[in-house]
Amino acid sequence: MNKLLVSVRAVTAGYNVADPVLRDVSLDIFGNDFIGVIGPNGGGKTTLIKIILRIIQPFKGEVAFPSGKITTGYLPQASQIDRNFPITVQDVVFAGIKPKNRWLPTLSKHQKEHAKELLSNAGLADYVRRPIGELSGGQLQRVLLCRALTGNPDLLILDEPSTYVDKNFENDLYEWLKKLNSRMAIVLVSHDIGTIASMVKSIACVNSTLHYHESGEITDELLAIYNCPIDLVAHGTIPHRVLGRHGNVT
Amino acid sequence: MNDLISLFDYLFFRNAVIATILTGILAAMTGTYIVSRKIVFISGGITHASFGGIGMAYYLGLNPFLGAATFSILSALGVEWISNKAKIREDSAIAILWSFGMAIGIIFVFLTPGYTPNLMSFLFGSILSVGTADLWMVAALAAVTALFMTVFYRPVVYSAFDPEFSKTMGVRVNFYRYAMSILIACSIVISIRTMGIILVLSLFTIPQSTAMLFTKEFHKIIFLSIIFGIAGSLLGLFSSYAMNIPSGASIIFGLTALYFFFKAVVVIWRFVQKQ
Repeated sequence: MNKLLVSVRAVTAGYNVADPVLRDVSLDIFGNDFIGVIGPNGGGKTTLIKIILRIIQPFKGEVAFPSGKITTGYLPQASQIDRNFPITVQDVVFAGIKPKNRWLPTLSKHQKEHAKELLSNAGLADYVRRPIGELSGGQLQRVLLCRALTGNPDLLILDEPSTYVDKNFENDLYEWLKKLNSRMAIVLVSHDIGTIASMVKSIACVNSTLHYHESGEITDELLAIYNCPIDLVAHGTIPHRVLGRHGNVT
Repeated sequence: MNDLISLFDYLFFRNAVIATILTGILAAMTGTYIVSRKIVFISGGITHASFGGIGMAYYLGLNPFLGAATFSILSALGVEWISNKAKIREDSAIAILWSFGMAIGIIFVFLTPGYTPNLMSFLFGSILSVGTADLWMVAALAAVTALFMTVFYRPVVYSAFDPEFSKTMGVRVNFYRYAMSILIACSIVISIRTMGIILVLSLFTIPQSTAMLFTKEFHKIIFLSIIFGIAGSLLGLFSSYAMNIPSGASIIFGLTALYFFFKAVVVIWRFVQKQ
Protein backbone atom coordinates (compact mmCIF):
# COMPACT_ATOMS: atom_id res chain seq x y z
CA MET A 1 0.00 0.00 0.00
CA ASN A 2 2.76 2.42 0.87
CA LYS A 3 4.33 2.44 -2.57
CA LEU A 4 5.76 5.52 -4.16
CA LEU A 5 3.02 6.39 -6.66
CA VAL A 6 4.19 9.68 -8.14
CA SER A 7 7.51 11.39 -8.08
CA VAL A 8 7.66 15.00 -9.25
CA ARG A 9 11.32 15.76 -9.84
CA ALA A 10 12.68 19.31 -10.14
CA VAL A 11 9.78 20.47 -12.26
CA THR A 12 9.56 23.95 -13.73
CA ALA A 13 6.20 24.59 -15.34
CA GLY A 14 3.56 27.16 -16.24
CA TYR A 15 2.02 28.82 -19.26
CA ASN A 16 4.94 30.99 -20.30
CA VAL A 17 8.52 29.70 -20.48
CA ALA A 18 9.94 33.12 -19.60
CA ASP A 19 7.82 33.37 -16.46
CA PRO A 20 7.01 29.92 -15.08
CA VAL A 21 4.45 29.49 -12.31
CA LEU A 22 6.39 26.68 -10.62
CA ARG A 23 10.17 26.69 -10.25
CA ASP A 24 12.20 23.59 -9.45
CA VAL A 25 9.44 21.81 -7.55
CA SER A 26 9.81 18.27 -6.20
CA LEU A 27 7.21 16.14 -4.45
CA ASP A 28 6.79 12.42 -3.72
CA ILE A 29 3.33 10.96 -3.25
CA PHE A 30 3.01 7.60 -1.48
CA GLY A 31 0.08 5.18 -1.48
CA ASN A 32 -1.39 6.22 1.85
CA ASP A 33 -0.53 9.92 1.79
CA PHE A 34 -3.03 12.64 2.57
CA ILE A 35 -1.36 15.83 1.43
CA GLY A 36 -2.89 19.26 1.89
CA VAL A 37 -1.69 21.72 -0.73
CA ILE A 38 -1.91 25.33 0.41
CA GLY A 39 -0.59 28.61 -0.92
CA PRO A 40 -1.70 31.99 -2.26
CA ASN A 41 -3.82 32.45 -5.38
CA GLY A 42 -1.61 32.33 -8.45
CA GLY A 43 1.08 30.52 -6.46
CA GLY A 44 0.82 27.41 -8.62
CA LYS A 45 -1.41 25.00 -6.64
CA THR A 46 -3.56 24.13 -9.65
CA THR A 47 -0.53 24.05 -11.96
CA LEU A 48 1.11 21.53 -9.63
CA ILE A 49 -1.83 19.13 -9.76
CA LYS A 50 -2.17 19.54 -13.53
CA ILE A 51 1.47 18.50 -13.77
CA ILE A 52 0.80 15.43 -11.61
CA LEU A 53 -2.25 14.57 -13.73
CA ARG A 54 -0.23 15.15 -16.93
CA ILE A 55 -2.79 17.63 -18.24
CA ILE A 56 0.13 19.99 -18.88
CA GLN A 57 3.76 19.09 -19.54
CA PRO A 58 6.63 20.63 -17.56
CA PHE A 59 9.24 22.90 -19.19
CA LYS A 60 11.97 21.24 -17.15
CA GLY A 61 12.13 18.22 -14.86
CA GLU A 62 9.94 15.14 -15.00
CA VAL A 63 7.00 13.35 -13.45
CA ALA A 64 7.69 9.68 -12.82
CA PHE A 65 5.45 6.80 -11.75
CA PRO A 66 7.90 4.42 -10.02
CA SER A 67 5.34 1.70 -9.24
CA GLY A 68 3.93 1.62 -12.74
CA LYS A 69 0.83 3.11 -14.27
CA ILE A 70 -1.60 4.49 -11.74
CA THR A 71 -5.29 5.37 -11.92
CA THR A 72 -6.12 8.91 -10.90
CA GLY A 73 -9.39 10.46 -9.84
CA TYR A 74 -9.60 14.19 -10.43
CA LEU A 75 -12.07 16.65 -9.00
CA PRO A 76 -11.53 19.97 -10.81
CA GLN A 77 -12.52 23.39 -9.53
CA ALA A 78 -16.26 23.90 -9.81
CA SER A 79 -15.72 27.01 -11.93
CA GLN A 80 -14.28 24.79 -14.65
CA ILE A 81 -17.62 23.02 -15.10
CA ASP A 82 -20.17 24.49 -17.52
CA ARG A 83 -23.40 23.91 -15.66
CA ASN A 84 -25.52 24.69 -18.72
CA PHE A 85 -24.01 21.82 -20.70
CA PRO A 86 -26.77 19.37 -21.67
CA ILE A 87 -25.61 16.31 -19.75
CA THR A 88 -27.22 14.21 -17.01
CA VAL A 89 -25.78 13.35 -13.62
CA GLN A 90 -25.20 9.70 -14.53
CA ASP A 91 -23.47 10.59 -17.80
CA VAL A 92 -21.09 12.88 -15.91
CA VAL A 93 -20.19 10.04 -13.56
CA PHE A 94 -19.79 7.57 -16.45
CA ALA A 95 -17.03 9.84 -17.75
CA GLY A 96 -14.89 8.53 -14.89
CA ILE A 97 -14.97 4.99 -16.30
CA LYS A 98 -12.34 3.83 -18.74
CA PRO A 99 -13.98 1.88 -21.58
CA LYS A 100 -12.28 -1.41 -22.33
CA ASN A 101 -12.08 -0.80 -26.07
CA ARG A 102 -10.82 2.52 -27.39
CA TRP A 103 -12.42 2.06 -30.79
CA LEU A 104 -15.80 1.03 -29.45
CA PRO A 105 -16.00 3.04 -26.25
CA THR A 106 -19.11 1.54 -24.67
CA LEU A 107 -19.51 0.67 -21.00
CA SER A 108 -20.45 -2.65 -19.45
CA LYS A 109 -23.59 -3.04 -17.36
CA HIS A 110 -21.44 -3.82 -14.34
CA GLN A 111 -19.48 -0.57 -14.71
CA LYS A 112 -22.70 1.43 -14.95
CA GLU A 113 -24.18 -0.27 -11.89
CA HIS A 114 -21.06 0.55 -9.89
CA ALA A 115 -21.33 4.23 -10.86
CA LYS A 116 -25.01 4.35 -9.91
CA GLU A 117 -24.29 2.69 -6.59
CA LEU A 118 -21.75 5.42 -5.81
CA LEU A 119 -24.37 8.04 -6.62
CA SER A 120 -26.94 6.53 -4.30
CA ASN A 121 -24.34 6.23 -1.53
CA ALA A 122 -23.77 9.95 -2.02
CA GLY A 123 -27.48 10.56 -1.53
CA LEU A 124 -28.10 11.34 -5.19
CA ALA A 125 -30.27 8.36 -6.16
CA ASP A 126 -33.16 10.66 -7.14
CA TYR A 127 -30.95 12.81 -9.37
CA VAL A 128 -29.39 10.14 -11.60
CA ARG A 129 -31.25 11.22 -14.73
CA ARG A 130 -31.45 14.94 -13.99
CA PRO A 131 -29.44 17.49 -15.99
CA ILE A 132 -26.55 18.92 -13.95
CA GLY A 133 -28.00 22.42 -14.33
CA GLU A 134 -30.67 21.53 -11.76
CA LEU A 135 -28.21 20.69 -8.98
CA SER A 136 -27.09 22.83 -6.05
CA GLY A 137 -23.39 23.58 -5.58
CA GLY A 138 -22.98 20.84 -2.98
CA GLN A 139 -24.81 18.29 -5.10
CA LEU A 140 -22.62 19.08 -8.11
CA GLN A 141 -19.49 18.60 -6.01
CA ARG A 142 -20.79 15.21 -4.88
CA VAL A 143 -21.41 14.24 -8.51
CA LEU A 144 -17.88 15.29 -9.44
CA LEU A 145 -16.49 13.32 -6.50
CA CYS A 146 -18.43 10.24 -7.66
CA ARG A 147 -16.98 10.75 -11.14
CA ALA A 148 -13.48 10.88 -9.66
CA LEU A 149 -14.14 7.69 -7.66
CA THR A 150 -15.83 5.42 -10.27
CA GLY A 151 -12.51 4.30 -11.69
CA ASN A 152 -11.31 3.10 -8.22
CA PRO A 153 -8.30 5.43 -8.30
CA ASP A 154 -4.97 4.90 -6.55
CA LEU A 155 -4.64 8.65 -6.21
CA LEU A 156 -7.49 11.12 -5.66
CA ILE A 157 -6.77 14.77 -6.43
CA LEU A 158 -9.22 17.45 -5.35
CA ASP A 159 -8.94 21.11 -6.35
CA GLU A 160 -10.81 23.38 -3.91
CA PRO A 161 -13.72 20.97 -3.32
CA SER A 162 -15.32 23.17 -0.69
CA THR A 163 -16.00 26.27 -2.78
CA TYR A 164 -19.68 27.02 -3.45
CA VAL A 165 -20.84 24.48 -0.86
CA ASP A 166 -22.50 24.80 2.52
CA LYS A 167 -20.85 23.98 5.84
CA ASN A 168 -22.81 20.73 6.30
CA PHE A 169 -21.61 19.32 3.04
CA GLU A 170 -18.07 20.35 3.83
CA ASN A 171 -18.10 18.30 7.05
CA ASP A 172 -19.60 15.30 5.22
CA LEU A 173 -16.95 15.64 2.53
CA TYR A 174 -14.08 15.59 4.99
CA GLU A 175 -15.50 12.55 6.79
CA TRP A 176 -15.81 10.85 3.41
CA LEU A 177 -12.20 11.67 2.50
CA LYS A 178 -10.88 10.29 5.80
CA LYS A 179 -12.53 6.95 5.01
CA LEU A 180 -11.29 6.96 1.42
CA ASN A 181 -7.74 7.60 2.60
CA SER A 182 -7.53 4.00 3.85
CA ARG A 183 -7.84 2.88 0.22
CA MET A 184 -6.09 5.62 -1.76
CA ALA A 185 -3.67 8.51 -1.60
CA ILE A 186 -5.32 11.94 -1.49
CA VAL A 187 -4.01 15.33 -2.57
CA LEU A 188 -6.31 18.11 -1.43
CA VAL A 189 -5.87 21.68 -2.64
CA SER A 190 -7.58 24.15 -0.36
CA HIS A 191 -7.55 27.74 0.77
CA ASP A 192 -9.36 26.68 3.94
CA ILE A 193 -6.27 26.03 6.04
CA GLY A 194 -8.07 25.69 9.35
CA THR A 195 -10.13 22.72 8.24
CA ILE A 196 -7.53 20.82 6.29
CA ALA A 197 -4.89 21.16 9.00
CA SER A 198 -7.01 18.98 11.27
CA MET A 199 -7.18 16.06 8.86
CA VAL A 200 -4.25 15.93 6.42
CA LYS A 201 -1.10 13.97 7.23
CA SER A 202 1.31 16.37 5.58
CA ILE A 203 1.27 19.80 4.02
CA ALA A 204 2.82 21.19 0.85
CA CYS A 205 3.10 24.98 0.71
CA VAL A 206 3.17 26.06 -2.90
CA ASN A 207 4.16 29.58 -3.80
CA SER A 208 6.22 29.29 -6.96
CA THR A 209 8.49 26.95 -5.01
CA LEU A 210 7.31 24.12 -2.78
CA HIS A 211 7.92 23.47 0.91
CA TYR A 212 6.92 20.12 2.26
CA HIS A 213 5.99 19.52 5.89
CA GLU A 214 6.06 15.95 7.11
CA SER A 215 3.24 16.58 9.54
CA GLY A 216 -0.09 18.28 9.03
CA GLU A 217 0.84 21.02 11.45
CA ILE A 218 0.56 24.65 10.64
CA THR A 219 1.13 27.99 12.26
CA ASP A 220 0.09 31.55 11.67
CA GLU A 221 3.77 32.34 11.68
CA LEU A 222 4.55 29.85 8.95
CA LEU A 223 1.83 31.31 6.80
CA ALA A 224 2.77 34.90 7.40
CA ILE A 225 6.55 34.76 7.23
CA TYR A 226 7.33 31.99 4.82
CA ASN A 227 5.99 31.00 1.49
CA CYS A 228 2.27 30.79 2.15
CA PRO A 229 1.02 34.29 2.74
CA ILE A 230 -2.67 33.51 3.23
CA ASP A 231 -5.05 35.45 5.40
CA LEU A 232 -6.06 33.23 8.25
CA VAL A 233 -9.28 34.49 9.79
CA ALA A 234 -11.02 32.45 12.45
CA HIS A 235 -13.43 32.91 15.29
CA GLY A 236 -12.44 31.18 18.51
CA THR A 237 -9.87 28.43 18.38
CA ILE A 238 -9.26 26.37 15.32
CA PRO A 239 -7.27 23.16 15.57
CA HIS A 240 -3.71 24.00 14.72
CA ARG A 241 -0.28 22.72 15.49
CA VAL A 242 3.15 24.28 15.31
CA LEU A 243 5.73 23.59 12.62
CA GLY A 244 9.43 24.20 12.64
CA ARG A 245 10.96 26.75 10.31
CA HIS A 246 11.94 25.85 6.78
CA GLY A 247 15.59 24.86 6.79
CA ASN A 248 16.49 27.00 3.81
CA VAL A 249 14.85 30.16 5.07
CA THR A 250 16.75 32.45 7.38
CA MET B 1 -53.53 21.43 -51.93
CA ASN B 2 -53.48 19.79 -55.37
CA ASP B 3 -51.14 22.55 -56.31
CA LEU B 4 -48.73 21.40 -53.64
CA ILE B 5 -48.93 17.74 -54.63
CA SER B 6 -48.33 18.49 -58.29
CA LEU B 7 -45.19 20.32 -57.21
CA PHE B 8 -43.62 16.94 -56.57
CA ASP B 9 -43.84 16.21 -60.29
CA TYR B 10 -40.91 18.56 -60.71
CA LEU B 11 -37.46 17.08 -60.15
CA PHE B 12 -36.08 20.35 -58.79
CA PHE B 13 -38.76 20.41 -56.10
CA ARG B 14 -38.27 16.77 -55.10
CA ASN B 15 -34.54 17.50 -54.86
CA ALA B 16 -35.24 20.56 -52.74
CA VAL B 17 -37.37 18.53 -50.32
CA ILE B 18 -34.76 15.77 -50.04
CA ALA B 19 -32.00 18.36 -49.57
CA THR B 20 -34.03 20.01 -46.81
CA ILE B 21 -34.48 16.71 -44.98
CA LEU B 22 -30.83 15.68 -45.31
CA THR B 23 -29.41 19.05 -44.24
CA GLY B 24 -31.92 19.05 -41.39
CA ILE B 25 -30.46 15.77 -40.10
CA LEU B 26 -26.86 16.91 -40.63
CA ALA B 27 -27.35 20.30 -38.97
CA ALA B 28 -29.16 18.70 -36.01
CA MET B 29 -26.09 16.59 -35.21
CA THR B 30 -23.28 19.11 -35.58
CA GLY B 31 -25.52 21.97 -34.42
CA THR B 32 -26.17 20.27 -31.08
CA TYR B 33 -22.41 20.06 -30.56
CA ILE B 34 -22.05 23.75 -31.54
CA VAL B 35 -24.78 24.90 -29.18
CA SER B 36 -23.62 22.70 -26.28
CA ARG B 37 -20.02 23.87 -26.53
CA LYS B 38 -21.22 27.47 -26.96
CA ILE B 39 -19.21 27.94 -30.15
CA VAL B 40 -21.96 29.59 -32.21
CA PHE B 41 -19.80 32.67 -32.72
CA ILE B 42 -16.86 30.53 -33.85
CA SER B 43 -19.14 28.79 -36.33
CA GLY B 44 -20.23 32.19 -37.62
CA GLY B 45 -16.58 33.04 -38.21
CA ILE B 46 -15.99 29.78 -40.08
CA THR B 47 -19.08 30.35 -42.22
CA HIS B 48 -18.07 33.84 -43.29
CA ALA B 49 -14.41 32.96 -43.76
CA SER B 50 -15.50 30.40 -46.35
CA PHE B 51 -16.56 33.28 -48.61
CA GLY B 52 -12.86 34.00 -49.10
CA GLY B 53 -12.52 30.51 -50.57
CA ILE B 54 -15.48 31.06 -52.85
CA GLY B 55 -14.01 34.31 -54.19
CA MET B 56 -10.60 32.79 -54.76
CA ALA B 57 -12.04 29.75 -56.51
CA TYR B 58 -14.02 32.03 -58.83
CA TYR B 59 -10.92 33.98 -59.69
CA LEU B 60 -8.92 30.82 -60.39
CA GLY B 61 -11.79 29.16 -62.24
CA LEU B 62 -12.14 26.31 -59.74
CA ASN B 63 -15.20 24.78 -58.10
CA PRO B 64 -16.34 27.45 -55.60
CA PHE B 65 -17.50 24.86 -53.08
CA LEU B 66 -14.09 23.29 -53.04
CA GLY B 67 -12.69 26.72 -52.22
CA ALA B 68 -15.26 27.26 -49.50
CA ALA B 69 -14.57 23.85 -47.97
CA THR B 70 -10.81 24.45 -47.91
CA PHE B 71 -11.17 27.86 -46.27
CA SER B 72 -13.69 26.75 -43.68
CA ILE B 73 -11.81 23.60 -42.67
CA LEU B 74 -8.57 25.56 -42.32
CA SER B 75 -10.23 28.29 -40.29
CA ALA B 76 -12.06 25.75 -38.09
CA LEU B 77 -8.79 23.99 -37.30
CA GLY B 78 -7.13 27.37 -36.76
CA VAL B 79 -9.76 28.50 -34.28
CA GLU B 80 -9.64 25.19 -32.41
CA TRP B 81 -5.87 25.58 -32.22
CA ILE B 82 -6.16 29.15 -30.94
CA SER B 83 -8.68 28.13 -28.28
CA ASN B 84 -6.15 25.62 -26.95
CA LYS B 85 -3.65 28.45 -26.47
CA ALA B 86 -5.19 30.45 -23.67
CA LYS B 87 -3.10 33.56 -24.26
CA ILE B 88 -4.77 34.88 -27.41
CA ARG B 89 -8.11 36.62 -27.16
CA GLU B 90 -10.30 34.15 -28.95
CA ASP B 91 -13.24 36.43 -29.71
CA SER B 92 -11.02 39.03 -31.36
CA ALA B 93 -9.30 36.35 -33.42
CA ILE B 94 -12.69 35.11 -34.64
CA ALA B 95 -13.82 38.62 -35.57
CA ILE B 96 -10.64 39.08 -37.63
CA LEU B 97 -11.16 35.73 -39.35
CA TRP B 98 -14.81 36.58 -40.00
CA SER B 99 -14.20 39.92 -41.71
CA PHE B 100 -10.89 39.01 -43.34
CA GLY B 101 -12.46 36.01 -45.07
CA MET B 102 -15.30 38.17 -46.38
CA ALA B 103 -12.78 40.79 -47.54
CA ILE B 104 -10.74 38.24 -49.50
CA GLY B 105 -13.94 36.98 -51.11
CA ILE B 106 -15.09 40.45 -52.13
CA ILE B 107 -11.67 41.40 -53.55
CA PHE B 108 -11.35 38.27 -55.68
CA VAL B 109 -14.92 38.42 -56.91
CA PHE B 110 -14.24 42.04 -57.92
CA LEU B 111 -11.01 41.07 -59.69
CA THR B 112 -12.70 38.26 -61.61
CA PRO B 113 -13.42 39.49 -65.13
CA GLY B 114 -17.06 39.53 -66.16
CA TYR B 115 -20.20 39.13 -64.12
CA THR B 116 -20.48 36.45 -61.42
CA PRO B 117 -24.10 35.40 -61.60
CA ASN B 118 -24.15 32.94 -58.71
CA LEU B 119 -22.86 35.31 -56.06
CA MET B 120 -26.30 35.97 -54.65
CA SER B 121 -26.94 32.25 -54.34
CA PHE B 122 -23.86 31.90 -52.13
CA LEU B 123 -25.00 34.69 -49.86
CA PHE B 124 -28.65 33.64 -49.64
CA GLY B 125 -28.68 30.03 -50.85
CA SER B 126 -30.53 28.47 -53.74
CA ILE B 127 -32.32 25.37 -52.62
CA LEU B 128 -34.29 25.08 -55.86
CA SER B 129 -31.11 24.55 -57.92
CA VAL B 130 -29.81 21.62 -55.87
CA GLY B 131 -28.74 18.77 -58.15
CA THR B 132 -28.56 15.02 -57.62
CA ALA B 133 -24.78 15.14 -57.07
CA ASP B 134 -25.31 17.67 -54.28
CA LEU B 135 -27.81 15.34 -52.63
CA TRP B 136 -25.32 12.48 -52.63
CA MET B 137 -22.72 14.73 -51.04
CA VAL B 138 -25.05 15.78 -48.21
CA ALA B 139 -26.17 12.18 -47.71
CA ALA B 140 -22.57 10.96 -47.53
CA LEU B 141 -21.54 13.63 -45.03
CA ALA B 142 -24.64 13.01 -42.90
CA ALA B 143 -23.82 9.29 -42.85
CA VAL B 144 -20.19 9.88 -41.86
CA THR B 145 -21.20 12.34 -39.14
CA ALA B 146 -23.88 10.01 -37.76
CA LEU B 147 -21.47 7.09 -37.68
CA PHE B 148 -18.71 9.09 -35.99
CA MET B 149 -21.00 10.65 -33.39
CA THR B 150 -22.68 7.32 -32.61
CA VAL B 151 -19.56 5.21 -32.21
CA PHE B 152 -17.59 7.91 -30.38
CA TYR B 153 -20.57 9.49 -28.62
CA ARG B 154 -19.02 9.37 -25.15
CA PRO B 155 -15.54 10.72 -25.92
CA VAL B 156 -17.03 13.41 -28.20
CA VAL B 157 -19.42 14.63 -25.49
CA TYR B 158 -16.84 14.34 -22.70
CA SER B 159 -14.14 16.16 -24.69
CA ALA B 160 -16.62 19.00 -25.12
CA PHE B 161 -17.94 18.99 -21.55
CA ASP B 162 -14.73 18.72 -19.51
CA PRO B 163 -11.61 18.35 -21.67
CA GLU B 164 -9.12 18.39 -18.78
CA PHE B 165 -10.83 15.62 -16.86
CA SER B 166 -11.13 13.61 -20.08
CA LYS B 167 -7.40 13.99 -20.64
CA THR B 168 -6.73 12.47 -17.23
CA MET B 169 -8.88 9.50 -18.30
CA GLY B 170 -6.72 8.96 -21.37
CA VAL B 171 -9.29 10.30 -23.87
CA ARG B 172 -7.61 11.71 -26.97
CA VAL B 173 -9.34 15.06 -26.47
CA ASN B 174 -7.52 16.91 -29.24
CA PHE B 175 -8.35 14.23 -31.80
CA TYR B 176 -12.09 14.43 -31.05
CA ARG B 177 -12.15 18.22 -30.93
CA TYR B 178 -10.31 18.57 -34.24
CA ALA B 179 -12.41 15.84 -35.84
CA MET B 180 -15.59 17.62 -34.77
CA SER B 181 -14.20 20.92 -36.10
CA ILE B 182 -13.74 19.33 -39.51
CA LEU B 183 -17.25 17.84 -39.47
CA ILE B 184 -18.68 21.23 -38.45
CA ALA B 185 -16.79 23.03 -41.22
CA CYS B 186 -17.94 20.49 -43.83
CA SER B 187 -21.56 20.53 -42.72
CA ILE B 188 -21.65 24.33 -42.76
CA VAL B 189 -20.19 24.50 -46.27
CA ILE B 190 -22.59 21.89 -47.60
CA SER B 191 -25.53 23.69 -46.03
CA ILE B 192 -24.45 26.99 -47.60
CA ARG B 193 -25.69 25.43 -50.84
CA THR B 194 -29.25 25.49 -49.57
CA MET B 195 -29.26 28.29 -47.00
CA GLY B 196 -26.53 30.72 -48.04
CA ILE B 197 -23.68 32.16 -45.96
CA ILE B 198 -25.75 34.77 -44.21
CA LEU B 199 -28.60 32.51 -43.13
CA VAL B 200 -26.98 29.09 -42.67
CA LEU B 201 -26.22 29.29 -38.97
CA SER B 202 -29.91 29.42 -38.08
CA LEU B 203 -30.22 25.79 -39.20
CA PHE B 204 -27.57 24.85 -36.62
CA THR B 205 -29.05 26.79 -33.69
CA ILE B 206 -32.82 27.39 -33.89
CA PRO B 207 -33.95 23.71 -33.92
CA GLN B 208 -31.60 23.06 -30.97
CA SER B 209 -33.11 25.96 -29.03
CA THR B 210 -36.57 24.52 -29.65
CA ALA B 211 -35.39 21.06 -28.60
CA MET B 212 -33.89 22.42 -25.39
CA LEU B 213 -37.34 23.61 -24.34
CA PHE B 214 -38.08 19.91 -23.79
CA THR B 215 -34.82 18.19 -22.86
CA LYS B 216 -31.33 18.79 -21.48
CA GLU B 217 -29.76 15.59 -22.77
CA PHE B 218 -27.29 15.73 -25.65
CA HIS B 219 -28.60 12.80 -27.72
CA LYS B 220 -32.24 13.75 -27.18
CA ILE B 221 -31.50 17.29 -28.35
CA ILE B 222 -30.14 15.77 -31.58
CA PHE B 223 -33.29 13.70 -32.19
CA LEU B 224 -35.69 16.54 -31.42
CA SER B 225 -33.60 18.93 -33.52
CA ILE B 226 -33.94 16.58 -36.49
CA ILE B 227 -37.73 16.72 -36.15
CA PHE B 228 -37.94 20.47 -35.55
CA GLY B 229 -35.32 21.23 -38.20
CA ILE B 230 -37.06 19.23 -40.91
CA ALA B 231 -40.55 20.40 -39.93
CA GLY B 232 -39.54 24.06 -39.82
CA SER B 233 -37.58 23.87 -43.06
CA LEU B 234 -40.37 22.16 -44.98
CA LEU B 235 -42.84 24.68 -43.60
CA GLY B 236 -40.56 27.41 -44.92
CA LEU B 237 -40.03 25.71 -48.26
CA PHE B 238 -43.75 25.35 -48.97
CA SER B 239 -44.53 28.90 -47.89
CA SER B 240 -41.69 30.10 -50.07
CA TYR B 241 -43.50 28.55 -53.02
CA ALA B 242 -46.96 29.65 -51.90
CA MET B 243 -45.99 33.27 -51.24
CA ASN B 244 -43.23 33.52 -53.83
CA ILE B 245 -40.51 34.64 -51.41
CA PRO B 246 -36.84 33.57 -51.18
CA SER B 247 -36.60 30.06 -49.68
CA GLY B 248 -33.66 30.69 -47.30
CA ALA B 249 -35.47 33.51 -45.54
CA SER B 250 -38.78 31.66 -45.38
CA ILE B 251 -37.06 28.56 -43.92
CA ILE B 252 -35.67 30.68 -41.08
CA PHE B 253 -39.14 32.07 -40.64
CA GLY B 254 -40.49 28.51 -40.37
CA LEU B 255 -37.84 27.45 -37.84
CA THR B 256 -38.40 30.52 -35.70
CA ALA B 257 -42.19 30.16 -35.89
CA LEU B 258 -41.86 26.61 -34.52
CA TYR B 259 -39.65 27.88 -31.70
CA PHE B 260 -42.12 30.54 -30.60
CA PHE B 261 -45.06 28.18 -31.00
CA PHE B 262 -43.53 25.58 -28.66
CA LYS B 263 -42.21 28.24 -26.32
CA ALA B 264 -45.79 29.48 -25.95
CA VAL B 265 -47.05 25.90 -25.47
CA VAL B 266 -44.50 25.30 -22.70
CA VAL B 267 -45.27 28.60 -20.96
CA ILE B 268 -49.04 27.98 -21.08
CA TRP B 269 -48.59 24.37 -19.94
CA ARG B 270 -46.56 25.49 -16.89
CA PHE B 271 -49.15 28.16 -16.12
CA VAL B 272 -52.00 25.63 -16.28
CA GLN B 273 -50.09 23.21 -14.04
CA LYS B 274 -49.58 25.89 -11.41
CA GLN B 275 -53.30 26.64 -11.19
